[in-house]
Amino acid sequence: MTNEHKKFLQMVKKKNAEVRLAQIGILVAFVGIWELAARTELIDTFITSSPTRIVNTIVMLFESGQLFEHMGITLLEACLGFVIATMLGSIIAIVLWWSQTLRRILDPYVVVLNSLPKIALGPLIIIWIGAGLQSIVMICVLILIIITVISMLNAFLECDRDKIQLMKSMGANKWQILTKLVLPSSIPAFISVLKINVGMSWVGVIIGEYLVSRAGLGYLIVYGSAVFKLDLVMTSTILLCILAGGMYLLVAWFEAWVKKRRK
Amino acid sequence: MKQFLELDGVDLIYHSASGETPALKNVSLYVKKKEFVAVLGPSGCGKTTILSLIAGLLKPTCGRVLLNGQPAGEQKNHFGYMFQRDHLFSWRTIRQNVLLGLEVRGTKTKQNLEYAEALLNKYELWDFKDKYPSELSGGMKQRVALIRTLVLQPGILLLDEPFSALDYQTRQNVCNDVSRIISEEQKTAVLVTHDLAEAISMADRVIVLTARPGTVKAEFKIELSGEGSPFMRRRSPKFNGYFEAIWKELETNDK
Repeated sequence: MTNEHKKFLQMVKKKNAEVRLAQIGILVAFVGIWELAARTELIDTFITSSPTRIVNTIVMLFESGQLFEHMGITLLEACLGFVIATMLGSIIAIVLWWSQTLRRILDPYVVVLNSLPKIALGPLIIIWIGAGLQSIVMICVLILIIITVISMLNAFLECDRDKIQLMKSMGANKWQILTKLVLPSSIPAFISVLKINVGMSWVGVIIGEYLVSRAGLGYLIVYGSAVFKLDLVMTSTILLCILAGGMYLLVAWFEAWVKKRRK
Repeated sequence: MKQFLELDGVDLIYHSASGETPALKNVSLYVKKKEFVAVLGPSGCGKTTILSLIAGLLKPTCGRVLLNGQPAGEQKNHFGYMFQRDHLFSWRTIRQNVLLGLEVRGTKTKQNLEYAEALLNKYELWDFKDKYPSELSGGMKQRVALIRTLVLQPGILLLDEPFSALDYQTRQNVCNDVSRIISEEQKTAVLVTHDLAEAISMADRVIVLTARPGTVKAEFKIELSGEGSPFMRRRSPKFNGYFEAIWKELETNDK
């Protein structure tokens, strides 16, 4: 390694450290100013809560055994919604890729379903399949699935025609074209769908919990605001941030792993 | 006389919602065994269509495509296709790319695997067998694409402007490589191209097509095989004679 390169690497390292420091700095400053403003009664902690009160709320929730119950149920709903919608959506996309006729027949329905605000179906779903976890997951799936189908189908259809021709010239059947060419070449699109869905699944779950729930972080938010316990609302929101961020990190980690394998 | 490969009075019409487009009209040509034939014509004259017809990927609207006197459409496994771009799959290693056709046909026998390895070895790609296509140069990738085709031991190689996506110098080199490999492996080949010099430098015979709808306009026998590689053939004094003659034929095409 030349000296010049060492210097360059040091510079890169320094820059990275600076960015990380600024990121942490913002968080610390935000929490610090919030706490300070609350203690000096610059802001009304009844409305804005404060970091200490949030920590106290978390401890209280933990001691009464509710913390992991609420977090767990919301996490479970989000994961179920995410996995079901992504898998089912991809399978539907494969079916639509397979049959051009079916694709053409269903096209207007897909368009209408895509533009329909899925939350409008919420009350119907609750009546049809009953209040509870199943309807929350269902709302979440509905919100995710259409966009999953559309994105995956587009990726499948964008597969290089010459490559398909090449497979055909080797004598490949449709199943082989799907598994050896179309699916592997759609993996980048699949990962971007995962990234979108991981965020959207939380939207779906919280909407679902707002509509119907007896537990979960969305329930705590609705309940907290109804009884004006804003500490609870803030706490739940922050817990939500942590869960959603964690799930996104998992997907990002998965993406890095796939990229490394594929180069 | 029965030819190895024969197109007999072939018409092809493409149908679309906006109308029908005649692509080929009354095309008759033949290819002898181990012969290298180039089909030359202006863009859009249906050159690629001819290859798709031979490979059985398209059915002629009328006329016949015969291989050994039998309809070619029923003998799809006799053809190996090579495209403008290498179309290697980026998620497969070189070795896996080369074995793609065997996987598709379910013929990954020991013998075929050994043949694939021998080809990789012979054409200096063995050291790269575990690399991914993105790590290879354009010329190497095109060589891999040719080996991927050869592994299936096709009776006839169909080359669809296989060098046009490469830069000038690489094109000459790959052209030499491909020409050498084809003659060493004793393959019959049909090349379609709009590059006159390329056609003359590689082929035993050049067939000139008219503009769309394409039909055979003229045929030139090229006697340069004694000269060696395409690169050497380009420097032969006879090369220019062929070049001018075919050039004139193409020019009258425009009128």
